[in-house]
Amino acid sequence: MKKTLLAAGVAAMMMGATPVMAKTLVYCSEGSPEGFDPAIYTTGTTFDATSETVFNMLVQFKPGTTELEPAIAKSWEVSDDGLSVTFHLRDDIKFQTTDFFTPSRPLNADDVIWSFERQMDKENPYYKLANGNFEYFNAMSMGELIKSIEKVDAHTVKFVLTEPNAPFLANLAMPFAAIHSQEYEQQLIDEGKPQQANQKPIGTGPFQFVAYREDAAIRYQANPDYFRGKQPIDNLVFAITPDAQVRYQKLMAGECQVMPFPNPADVKAMKQNDEIQVLQEPGLNVAYLAYNTQQKPFDQPEVRRALNMAINKQAIIDAVFQGAGEVAKNPIPPTMWSYNDAVKDDPYDPEKAKQMLADAGVKNLKMDIWAMPVQRPYMPNARRAAELMQADLAKVGVDVNIVTYEWGEYLKRASAVDRKGAVILGWTGDNGDPDNFMGTLLSCAGVGGANRSQWCYKPFDDLIQQARTLSDQAERAKLYEKAQVIFKQQAPWDTLAHSTVFMPIRKEVTGYVINPLGLHSFEGVDIQE
Amino acid sequence: MAAISTPAAPGTFRHQLGGFWKDFSASRGALVGLIFIALIFLVALLAPWVAPHDPALQDRSALLVPPVWHAEGSWRYILGTDAVGRDILSRLIYGARYSLSISAMVVLISMCGGIFLGLLAGYFRGWVETVITRVMDVVLAFPSLLLALGLVAILSPGLTSAMIAIALVQLPYFVRLTRAAVIGEKSREYVTASRLAGAGHMRLMFNTLLPNCMAPLIVQATLSFSTAILDIAALGFLGMGVQPPTPEWGAMLANAREFMGSAYWAVTFPGLVILLTVLMINLMGDGLRDALDPKMKRS
Amino acid sequence: MTSQTLTMFKFILVKLAQLVPTFIGVTIVAFAFIRLLPGDPILLMAGERGISAERYAQLQAQFGFDRPLPVQYWEFLKGLLHGDLGNSLVTHSPVVGEFFSRFPATMELSLFALAFAVIIGLPAGVLAAIRRGKTLDHTVVGISLTGYSMPIFWWGLLLIMFFSGTLGWTPVSGRISFMYFIEPVTGFMTIDTLLAGDWGAFLSALHHLILPAIVLGTIPLAVIARQTRSSMLEVLGEDYVRTARAKGLSSYRVIMVHTLRNALISVVTVIGLQVGLLLAGAILTETIFSWPGIGKWMIDAISRRDYPSVQGGLVLIAFIVMIVNLLVDLAYGVINPRIRH
Repeated sequence: MKKTLLAAGVAAMMMGATPVMAKTLVYCSEGSPEGFDPAIYTTGTTFDATSETVFNMLVQFKPGTTELEPAIAKSWEVSDDGLSVTFHLRDDIKFQTTDFFTPSRPLNADDVIWSFERQMDKENPYYKLANGNFEYFNAMSMGELIKSIEKVDAHTVKFVLTEPNAPFLANLAMPFAAIHSQEYEQQLIDEGKPQQANQKPIGTGPFQFVAYREDAAIRYQANPDYFRGKQPIDNLVFAITPDAQVRYQKLMAGECQVMPFPNPADVKAMKQNDEIQVLQEPGLNVAYLAYNTQQKPFDQPEVRRALNMAINKQAIIDAVFQGAGEVAKNPIPPTMWSYNDAVKDDPYDPEKAKQMLADAGVKNLKMDIWAMPVQRPYMPNARRAAELMQADLAKVGVDVNIVTYEWGEYLKRASAVDRKGAVILGWTGDNGDPDNFMGTLLSCAGVGGANRSQWCYKPFDDLIQQARTLSDQAERAKLYEKAQVIFKQQAPWDTLAHSTVFMPIRKEVTGYVINPLGLHSFEGVDIQE
Repeated sequence: MAAISTPAAPGTFRHQLGGFWKDFSASRGALVGLIFIALIFLVALLAPWVAPHDPALQDRSALLVPPVWHAEGSWRYILGTDAVGRDILSRLIYGARYSLSISAMVVLISMCGGIFLGLLAGYFRGWVETVITRVMDVVLAFPSLLLALGLVAILSPGLTSAMIAIALVQLPYFVRLTRAAVIGEKSREYVTASRLAGAGHMRLMFNTLLPNCMAPLIVQATLSFSTAILDIAALGFLGMGVQPPTPEWGAMLANAREFMGSAYWAVTFPGLVILLTVLMINLMGDGLRDALDPKMKRS
Repeated sequence: MTSQTLTMFKFILVKLAQLVPTFIGVTIVAFAFIRLLPGDPILLMAGERGISAERYAQLQAQFGFDRPLPVQYWEFLKGLLHGDLGNSLVTHSPVVGEFFSRFPATMELSLFALAFAVIIGLPAGVLAAIRRGKTLDHTVVGISLTGYSMPIFWWGLLLIMFFSGTLGWTPVSGRISFMYFIEPVTGFMTIDTLLAGDWGAFLSALHHLILPAIVLGTIPLAVIARQTRSSMLEVLGEDYVRTARAKGLSSYRVIMVHTLRNALISVVTVIGLQVGLLLAGAILTETIFSWPGIGKWMIDAISRRDYPSVQGGLVLIAFIVMIVNLLVDLAYGVINPRIRH
């Protein structure tokens, strides 16, 4: 009670100062943004502070889903050969007017072309400024995929591709593809301070940037010219609070209204708190244990399946996820299209596992299990999960040694083809396309890289390669469903879990929708008094 | 000959010890500290017999069970269980082994190293001294925790690297103390006498000078013992200390941090045990200082 | 007088000269430190996705990590002499600017912590010495010893749970309420809010300082109380104090006059000894309270393997510690002239 009184008191002080009551939403964000140009960074924290607030993309994911819907482009068509995509832009979009920039013209095709050229044209000043380090653009192979971008007229843009690529459209809804103002950035170049675009962003989004205090707070205000109309809240503040425990305390104290990434252990108490509502959604992710399928005895699918059957995954869900997750059986999450629910998981059965290991001639097996040193959205505590696996595997006579490395080192060493042991790792979807999971993590091309089980299996690889080039979703889904069956038989991973995303928000907040891709958007959010 | 090598005659040694004990035991706090620490050592030593459970045993049916005084608690797990159903009391008991032996090793390493370098610096003076003191200055110029953090990261997190890192950041204090004490003692008559009697460098340093510089070093040793416990816990808190499932106290605390709001016992007890142990060592250290360091002796 | 000034001058010069080799040592350690750390920023940026060998090599070359170490060190030194510590790999802005935009936050927190320690620790120590052996003395000694033995990260969490969580008296974290966006002039929130003439903001800043200052000040408080008590006991036993007392001066006056100097010495000692400890404590305190200071910044930089930030930050921190130690040495020289000789 006292907390609310205090908060109310402070709020009253502020209201006294401003004649019109301004609605302010405070979001306890988990970290500082690396900068304000979403094209050069890869973290969700930065995207929340940029693409989700200040910018728009050509197309966007419909809130709460991974389906595409119009944004800056009101419509688009793909040519029959799949080699070109034409976008028709809205003509009523204004860039934000702030104390550091006043646009002289509405958004047009030039801005769209500019936003991609700055990431691919070696002569572009922004390309030079960032030394071409547009990591996401590069990682999605956009440079190789886009042959050219043509301006058809002031509000029509045509992308010509080098090959048919089904996930391309979804890529354009990703944060790195945000549309920047050519006028603003050209102005900065002329003034000799192009780096300002990374400090004070200008976009078309629902909120415009006001100020940033390092490691403390970011302040936005509603964009009055937003093409979907001004937001119900007037001010949006990101209060940077890295500690989950502290975020929770602040939420209870009313110092913020929305917080991401709660400790799973706190969720139960949060749900019982009258002032807090906990939104939840299955996350678009998977946590897995990847065996090295090129090392003996893990090159035998029977051995891998036996080990999978020895590990009690439900126990991991209970103890590590505190119930905030579900046991995974496929390499893609159940909310994704083409998820094959007919696949049957290998059951937890230590006796059978022991038998299978004996049949495979495996005795006195000693193995390493790698536990990553950091908390990830798909795995709250890998060490604890490893401890559970260690105890489980001991029961079938497998001696497990838990190893860990510094995170960067872990990722690098886990990629090595001759790596010893099985690694705990996971993946959070970028764009909701199954190819983003199976193509990235299990293809032959990924061996030595993101394919941590070093698994190259021709029947599987053929299916996913073919699925990538088709543009008909139903056709693609069939191929992916088949691929999941093969995956389960071969068991290059033990699919551990899909985590549940929790968003604790205060009762008075309305209109907040969980983004399945793990980002946080405040469009349409309101506070009821 | 033997008589000149030490300032005090052998006959009076027992008397000295008696005096020390009298001074030490005069402080009630020091005695309490000593008894407590002795108890903890005993418990650590007898852990397999004292602990009610195996510290690594996971009872999947008893995750985060509260301590016995709660309605849901039971005598089976007196201080409750952690997130994977391990008995906290047993882990604390076994944890004493790690916390105490790591700290003891830290003190041993930094004390031996510090004494050696300090003796060299104080005895030889000149460039040896300059080099040693400058290097120690460099170590002291960084916040100890930051340096330890970095060292652990370099050596890859774990028990041994935490030990080495903390020993290194403690080193300068021993070096400085030894050096100052040696410089003070070196001009004393008994040292000159010993040198005239033909004692070599080694003998002079280790047999003649060292025993007479021990008092402040022993006090510093208790101090650094308690600091070591705290530093290891701090490293654990920042995720760089002893790695799980080792039941080291700091690591237990750090791993249970997420339950601060929902299962206070998993966080409170390791912290409390750290606090109590450090407090008792410091109490004992105070008594030691009063008894050993004449300058600090109550007037 | 002149000879005294001269000795003082010589004293300062010698001290300064001693700093030079130490400083070079510091740059070497800072440089080596980050390069010995396993993992690197490129791998961290790539994340779960991984990175191709060609792209990796390309980025290495771009950041200059592929050049021989002596060359890299030389570049680092050259930049240092020009006050340029390079650009952060993460934010791409100059490290020096990043550091000094956060340094005032740490400084403000440390000063308040120290003030808290002195304001409570000094009188407590004096009172304990006067009432030696009484309950008050035992209480002070007991509490200060407990404070001295406190794992402060645990302490901070307990305080947050209790004062912010259960009672709701203090804000949980941060420097100031989100409602105030004060333009930084000095970087000290308390001063900037006053400069802006905003009382509400000033109070909010103070309110946010309470818990972190208490947490960070706990150990210095214990040290100061103990130090004051024992130096007071020493003074009370000195002949001249006994004489003064015998002369009939009230014990109150004796204490007041003679304590001041000793108190000063103990505080200076503590500051001198505690700068490093205070900064170490600041790392933990800032982590717990999300305090936007250099401690948190360094931890972030280390975890992101932001080489220029880590090496620049280390050098700057070490430099500040060295300067403070030098000032403490000089202050000693002023308070206690015997040391100069």
